[in-house]
Amino acid sequence: MTWTQYLPPLLKGAQVTVMISLSSIVIGAMLAFAAGIARTSSNRILSGIAFVYIVLFRGTPLLVQLFWFYYALPLIGISFDPITTGIMTLSLLTGAFGAEVVRGALLSVPHTQLEAARALNFSKTYTLWHISMPQAVIEMMPAFGNLAIQNLKDTALVSLISIADLTFQAQSMRNITLDSATVYTLTLVGYFIIALCLMLVVRFIEMKLRRGPAFPRSAHS
Amino acid sequence: MMYGYAWDTTTPLTFAISILPILGIGLLVTLKAAAVGYAIALVLGLVLALLRRSRFKIISWTVAGFTEFVRDTPLLVQLFFLYYVLPDFGIVLPAFMTGALALGLQYSAYTSEVYRGGIDAIPRGQWEAATALNLTRLQTYRDIVVPQMVPRIVPSLGNYLVSMLKETPVLSVVTVLDMLGLANMIGERTFEYLVPLSMVGLIFLPMTIICSALIYAVERALPKSGIPLR
Repeated sequence: MTWTQYLPPLLKGAQVTVMISLSSIVIGAMLAFAAGIARTSSNRILSGIAFVYIVLFRGTPLLVQLFWFYYALPLIGISFDPITTGIMTLSLLTGAFGAEVVRGALLSVPHTQLEAARALNFSKTYTLWHISMPQAVIEMMPAFGNLAIQNLKDTALVSLISIADLTFQAQSMRNITLDSATVYTLTLVGYFIIALCLMLVVRFIEMKLRRGPAFPRSAHS
Repeated sequence: MMYGYAWDTTTPLTFAISILPILGIGLLVTLKAAAVGYAIALVLGLVLALLRRSRFKIISWTVAGFTEFVRDTPLLVQLFFLYYVLPDFGIVLPAFMTGALALGLQYSAYTSEVYRGGIDAIPRGQWEAATALNLTRLQTYRDIVVPQMVPRIVPSLGNYLVSMLKETPVLSVVTVLDMLGLANMIGERTFEYLVPLSMVGLIFLPMTIICSALIYAVERALPKSGIPLR
């Protein structure tokens, strides 16, 4: 077997990796906004729930979380298929790390602007979405870019709960061919290429955000 | 029964308590792996950071490319690479050492960026002043660069120690019997995964929280103006 023959199965795995990574980045970003905003909220219960979620998922290893959802949860009667488990765990992890990014960016908005908004009698929701968020979202982008790459690298672990991603395909190719050096080099290069594409996408979004107002202006302004 | 400790599966609580000594043995392996990996990362990262500053473009570009590549590819695949490919070249290491090496390699790419940022943060004028004062390269680094660099890089280096600690369970994939590896084994034998896996998470949680708190304390205790080496 030559190395070109390794490519079709590896590419098939790469598709699964990209699919899992993208969906968990999107769901994770939504969780990050929800938990990050909840953390800055003055509602004790909301911010408490968000705090527990963030500490729990940031403080434990991903592999333990993954095995916990995959092996332990079914024992108390809750079970999902591997793909759902993988996406769910990765989303929860990315969301917990992203929440701190969202919180930090929201807190970095100058306090005087919030005071001005209050003086103008804007509602809290209006201030959040039309004053804090448009500025904060640009601040978040570099950190979100790093989290996206981290998420991509973390997807390799889902191969351990029998999802046929790039790493899983590499493992089975190696078991068939025993040509470890070639298979793993191709796999590493594959991840590197996906990572570069991901960085380009993040840069593109950041550029778009920097150009115009991040949110459409409403009748108030 | 493992390492001479029998487990008692009558209730979740007795089960949890009876497997604690076994997980304790795994915890030692986890800590050892993190310590060895971190030592490798600190040293190798410094070497990479210094090579990156080399005057020869070929060296600095190769190192830059290598660092970027290692940073953007998964630890698990790097681990498999070292585990299966090194023996092909006649380098046979125990699984533990391979794992620690993989951890160290991945994190050396991170730490090298931290060192680089620390060195770059020294204002240009100070380098020029050092040249003007006819200081040797060693003197410049020892008396000017490093003292100012240390307080700046300690927080980031500390954060990477915590992340590394949380990535050590990956080593269980290549037969290292760390905490997660042992928990999985207990699960396989008792068909009870909930308690052992939850215990591993519950042991990690205070560990990472305490580590982060310690790093924060060290960060605040360090003088911002720098630490003289002599």
